[in-house]
Amino acid sequence: MATRLFGQRVPRVEDPRLLSGNGRYLDDLGHDALAAALLRSPHAHARIVDIDVSAALDVEGLVAIYTYDDLEGRAAEPLPLLIPHPTLTHGRTGYALAKDEVNHVGEAIAMVVAVDRYVAEDAAALIAVTYDFLPPVVGIEQARAAEHLVHPDVPGNVAATMVQENGDAAARIAAAPRRQSLSLCIQRSASMPMEGKGVLAEWDADDRSLRVHSSTQTSTSVRQAIAAKLELPVDRVEVVTPDVGGGFGVKIVHPWPEEILVPMAAIRLGRPVKWVEDRREHFISSAHERGQVHEVEVGYDDEGRIEGLSVQFWHDNGSYTPYGLIVPIITATQLLGPYKPGAYRVEFTSLYTNTVLVTPYRGAGRPQGCYVMERVMDAIARDLGLDRAEVRSRNFIQPEEMPYDHGLIFQDGRALKYDSGDFPASLAKLKALVGWDDFAAFRDQARADGRKVGIGLACYVEGTGVGPYEGGHVKIETDGTVVVSTGLTTQGQGHQTMLAQIVADELGVPVDRISVTTGDTRRFKYAVGTFASRTAVMSGNAVALTARKVRDKAFRIAADALEAAVDDLEIVDGVVRVKGSPAGGIDLGAVAVLSNPLRYAFDEAAARATQFASPADPTKPPLDGEEPGLEATDYYSPPQSTFANGMHAVIVETDPDTAEISILRYCVVHDCGTVINPMILEGQVHGGVAQGVGGALYERMEYDEAGQLLNASYMDFLMPYASEVPHIEIDHLETPSPLNPLGVKGAGEAGVIPGSAAIAAAIEDAEGIVIDTMPISPSELFDLRRRTAEG
Amino acid sequence: MSAEPLHDITLTINGVPHPMQVPARRLLSDAIRHDAKLTGTHVGCEHGVCGACTVLVDGVAARSCLMLAVTAEGAAITTTEGCLRPDGSLGAVQQAFRDCHALQCGFCTPGFITTITAYLDDNPDPSEAEAREAIGGNLCRCTGYQNIVAAVLRAAEIRREEQD
Repeated sequence: MATRLFGQRVPRVEDPRLLSGNGRYLDDLGHDALAAALLRSPHAHARIVDIDVSAALDVEGLVAIYTYDDLEGRAAEPLPLLIPHPTLTHGRTGYALAKDEVNHVGEAIAMVVAVDRYVAEDAAALIAVTYDFLPPVVGIEQARAAEHLVHPDVPGNVAATMVQENGDAAARIAAAPRRQSLSLCIQRSASMPMEGKGVLAEWDADDRSLRVHSSTQTSTSVRQAIAAKLELPVDRVEVVTPDVGGGFGVKIVHPWPEEILVPMAAIRLGRPVKWVEDRREHFISSAHERGQVHEVEVGYDDEGRIEGLSVQFWHDNGSYTPYGLIVPIITATQLLGPYKPGAYRVEFTSLYTNTVLVTPYRGAGRPQGCYVMERVMDAIARDLGLDRAEVRSRNFIQPEEMPYDHGLIFQDGRALKYDSGDFPASLAKLKALVGWDDFAAFRDQARADGRKVGIGLACYVEGTGVGPYEGGHVKIETDGTVVVSTGLTTQGQGHQTMLAQIVADELGVPVDRISVTTGDTRRFKYAVGTFASRTAVMSGNAVALTARKVRDKAFRIAADALEAAVDDLEIVDGVVRVKGSPAGGIDLGAVAVLSNPLRYAFDEAAARATQFASPADPTKPPLDGEEPGLEATDYYSPPQSTFANGMHAVIVETDPDTAEISILRYCVVHDCGTVINPMILEGQVHGGVAQGVGGALYERMEYDEAGQLLNASYMDFLMPYASEVPHIEIDHLETPSPLNPLGVKGAGEAGVIPGSAAIAAAIEDAEGIVIDTMPISPSELFDLRRRTAEG
Repeated sequence: MSAEPLHDITLTINGVPHPMQVPARRLLSDAIRHDAKLTGTHVGCEHGVCGACTVLVDGVAARSCLMLAVTAEGAAITTTEGCLRPDGSLGAVQQAFRDCHALQCGFCTPGFITTITAYLDDNPDPSEAEAREAIGGNLCRCTGYQNIVAAVLRAAEIRREEQD
């Protein structure tokens, strides 16, 4: 048997293409397409009184201008509310082009199509819009005060209020020996992939078919949305996701206005049209996340065990709610992490503001939840004078309590029931990795030297691999190569390599004979999308199950040819043979030939399957109950999410004079079940940690009182460079999920979740000052020191 | 508004002359990508901060989104495609990126490849700290940079091995 590839550091099959300049990202396609530019609102809240395009019409090279009045039928209706929820009583979505009113700076008002982007922007700049200004609502405080409303028919700016509880938290807190109240805040950030969004649409008027390329995280659902909005038969629409330059959540939202407008223009003009988002557009019209304010009541015993936890929080959902309540639901449920809270009650209010809409960014509500719970743990430890790791340990769900049901409903509408994990073992690994027990001595020595150092840790559980399903198609060609397709998309996670490893093991063929396609509805039409760390769980298991079906079929066909029993067969290096008998096998390509009985010999291989060449029994039907072709399709649809987990520890140093914050060490223990490719996994963790560091120390969306985003550029929105990201030390724990055949649990978001929690704890430890707002900058820490000193 | 005057220029990219007609305002990045159709160079911010569009202009790393195409005439421009070996296989820096898993989505990667290529020409044997410093002007949202730092060191190693 060849070496099993599952678990190996297989080099990525994507890399040679991407490294040689042969990647195909959205703007690498459609060189001859017309270019679209969007006129976007410069105001946060206003009624549109008039749009005058007359000056723009004189621009040479202009092809078309569209405003709301040019939209027809369902394209003129509001964009879909993708994830309805009974408590989302006041869900609101925008229009593809603003109708009468704009609700945030950046909202699209008109689309200009021209011979190139330069000319399109020239024309857009000449469109004169007359506004009637309305007072903007900016930030959670103003939204709660509700002096002004974002949407006149949404009282109190409240999109939704949701409560979940398990037990009587108020009574348990009241009866607990010790109690604390905390107020905790996290500010806005955003996914900020290096490639913005983009859409290319080509209409074949003769075939009456539309091909759309979109830099999306879900090509199948974009396809359905375009067909619905443009009132086209679905089978006349294909959506292809080319190489995507990062997503991190923002590209799961759909259809973005441009995904409707660009195809609409291509159809009307009969010419290919392309729109490529620029960086400022991405800041002011693509989604943000993270902005929440939390009030916590906790009751606990003298040993630090939580008896009751009550959390109320306010979620800034921006101007619209196309993605429903997913982010606050995840905060509300995943806040619990690896702990048993005694009784738990959580209530959140999702609020409208005149800012960019809020939808999941890697972590999706978990960084906020983790931050809240871990701040609580540190507060308990501080109150009782206990070791912070010990307090966590005393509240852990124990391995023998798995599966553990929290009695709450998770984001997929299913039970919040952990499938696996060994939290004490993870903590032991983390303490060993970072040297937790030796740190006090280091800190004391540093203090004696006039330095301020601190350590913090944070633990999380991440519901991953949410349903409803993903599928796979696996086909063995007559030359023995294997083509694999799955419907979800890829944005750099190495899915082609990871899925090829799984198929290689199942079919006994080397990775270099396997090609994998993702996100192309011409190849696979049923899928959900790439989010929630779900690809390894969902598509990984789907292609494994599919490959097993293909293997079984290969065995049935080969058994006849080899005159052997199916159970006696194996596949080694692409050859089906009797177990342990290297000689006399039949290669998979030949089995593929036999799987498709032919009349016509179009090539040499085909000749072997024609009617006079076939050795098949002349008394049986040629297909004999099988479908032609050595291929299969299958789906994986689990009853509930898997739950990965991890723990981070960080050591920081703060400058006594300048309050500059430096990370000295960053340690990660991670449990995502069985590991398919450790190299890719570590890369995912590294990238997540970098975003966690960014969210803790640098990244925030600075809105002024008028609703202008003041830092809408890479110059002003501080994403970490290499100088800001520490060296990351990783240890793994593998507790396989019992829920799926591969035992995997997903890893895409893990690295980012505990960043703010762990770094806040470390700064607090270094400074001896309570940290309750993140991110924190050196100037904020400086002010905090001064205020603390002044009492 | 009438059409802009066009300028006949020839850009020399990876040793190949590309004659083109461009308006004065056309960015070098757009000319490389859409006129010469060399799409290995990517545009991440169009204000010179992210470094994805970095190319070599007469061997010096430069942000092609901050240059006008007309100003690059006569210069030798090298893009990530020009960092391949003559036989089309991966060059030392590109191979190092693959060896070290230094790319994920690959969008920022061309700017790193060119930046590091120029850096190693001047600093063939960097320390780890120097390697980190060398990439300090390029943004990557996927990798957390750790493997890119490793790739700088690995590329230096490959280049040294080839010189021996």
